[in-house]
Amino acid sequence: MTAQTGTTGSPAGPVTPPPVTAPGRPANGSSRGAGDGGSPGRVGSARRREGRAAWILAIPFCLLFLAFTAWPVVQSLFMSITDTKARDLRHPFSVNIVGLDNFTKALSDPTFRKAAANTAYFVLVGMPLTLVVALAAAVALDKGITRFRAVFRLGFYMPVITSIVAVAVVWRFLLQDPGGLINTALGWFGITGPNWLGDPNWSMPALIMMASWRNFGTAMIIFLAGLQAVPAELHEAAAIDGANAWKRFRHVTMPLLRPTLLFVMVTTAIGYLQFFEEPFVMTKGGPLNSTISLSMYTYQQFGFGNYGLASAMSYIIFVVIAIVTALQFRLLRERT
Amino acid sequence: MSVDTAPRPTGPTAPAPAPKAKASRTGSGMVGSSQGSRWWLYVLLTVALVAVIAPFVWMVLGSFKGEGELRQIPPTWLPESASLDNYTQLFSKLNFGQFFTNSIVVAVVVTAGNLVFCSMLGYALAMLDFRGKKAIFIAVMGTLMIPGVVTFVPLFVLVANAGLVNTLPGLFLPFLVSPFGVFLMRQFILGLPRDLLDAGRVDGAGELRIFWKIILPLCGPALATLGILTFLGSWNNFLWPLVVAQSEDKYTLPVALALYSTGQNSTNYGLLLAGATVVIIPILVVFLIFQKRFIEGIATTGLK
Repeated sequence: MTAQTGTTGSPAGPVTPPPVTAPGRPANGSSRGAGDGGSPGRVGSARRREGRAAWILAIPFCLLFLAFTAWPVVQSLFMSITDTKARDLRHPFSVNIVGLDNFTKALSDPTFRKAAANTAYFVLVGMPLTLVVALAAAVALDKGITRFRAVFRLGFYMPVITSIVAVAVVWRFLLQDPGGLINTALGWFGITGPNWLGDPNWSMPALIMMASWRNFGTAMIIFLAGLQAVPAELHEAAAIDGANAWKRFRHVTMPLLRPTLLFVMVTTAIGYLQFFEEPFVMTKGGPLNSTISLSMYTYQQFGFGNYGLASAMSYIIFVVIAIVTALQFRLLRERT
Repeated sequence: MSVDTAPRPTGPTAPAPAPKAKASRTGSGMVGSSQGSRWWLYVLLTVALVAVIAPFVWMVLGSFKGEGELRQIPPTWLPESASLDNYTQLFSKLNFGQFFTNSIVVAVVVTAGNLVFCSMLGYALAMLDFRGKKAIFIAVMGTLMIPGVVTFVPLFVLVANAGLVNTLPGLFLPFLVSPFGVFLMRQFILGLPRDLLDAGRVDGAGELRIFWKIILPLCGPALATLGILTFLGSWNNFLWPLVVAQSEDKYTLPVALALYSTGQNSTNYGLLLAGATVVIIPILVVFLIFQKRFIEGIATTGLK
């Protein structure tokens, strides 16, 4: 990023306003504090004007937000305690309140448990892999090289912006058992690659590989921004004291990178816990449910018309995400 | 969208620290020593780069190949006899022109909606004082954390009851505003000097005029970031259009490609690779044009 930002003109910092600032005005900043001048009536009407304008600006957003975000959130909570099915859409009053039945049903469903285990597998292996690759790439780009930085950055970021469906088309070719590009490449080293998508033991590693490929670019960019906030002087001082590159990374860079690391971990975990698209387009959850995820199973229940059950499952995912996020905050905060 | 003079949105935008220590890093290398000796790192990074973009290269090359060649073992890289057959078939037989138009319409409308509505509320939350401000802010921020799967079912029920299934409005209406957009715009506008507002008032400009004429023109960088991210998200959005678009004339590109790749054309490899290329290339072009702004936006907002 350093290579680029230098050319963007003004070096960070607040926007310089065009010369609209009236010269003679006291720079009291807030217009709200303007009560100490002018009659109370005028101030009141100015505040009313401000409030009215604010609401005019807010109303379009609020209407759309209420209809398409807030209302579905509330309704989903309601559905999760009812036995709503697809056919009840036409007769909204025929649904019954069933309490927490949907939740107990979901939690005792073996497929749901399998999906939970798969999701955990995906997060516990996929997240560290993604973060390590991203951090390695970021450190190499930040400290190691001086030229072509933008080219590498661009290339590594490319998978992030591409449609999962198109990616799936290509990756199915890459992962084909006889004749796929990956197994062909493994063959050069005398390794016989597995039947990635057909073997229940290898289907999840294949998807993890694909997800890491697709997502490490985002984390890399954020790490790069974080690394650039680490002052070079600290490294120089440590180098003079005889710390080698690894020690400097471990004891100078990492502690300063902790807020960035926390942020990347939280956002990656939230994304990976909702793991859906990769199995949906690659394996449909198979073979033998070896790649079915929580989000995907929820979507299947929605497809079967079990709206109440699907809503309950989606809230279970939400709770898991909230807990994992809170845990990460605690773990990484405590050690600072 | 004027995106040239661009002080990045510093401000307290996100936990990811803005690169503020820029000044201390004048030279771009590190500790000064051992600069020329990093050739092995270039080799390593180049190998990684090749591995990362190989799928794209192979996809584009493959889209010019014939069926027979695509089934060869071992696979070939360069097409033995390149032809545009797959593309002509894609657009003449499979109606990809229509899907392309649908994707563009939905993405443009969604992007426009987000730019307009989110900047309006973002400004009100950042600069104005009004009743209910806190409640709106909390509600918007609260939903930032709710995963999409929670709202999916009731959203579909809502759209179905409104008779919008299998219509273009059904595809874009639910995405016209986003909590993330408001957050981004609010954070950016908070970094603008409040004096602008007071100066405008002294000059007798109305409240809405101040927003439109003074504040919005200064929001270029934030609007660009939000616009690109929204366009990208909408272009690649897959699950919602898959459920809502039910007849061919309403398909977006990802939906069409997904259905073809699992349907009766699933064995027509050349066609699928050409389809994948058509889905990816437009977004790649947009990305290459705006990549600097784009990556800065990711770095400062930390979201994609």
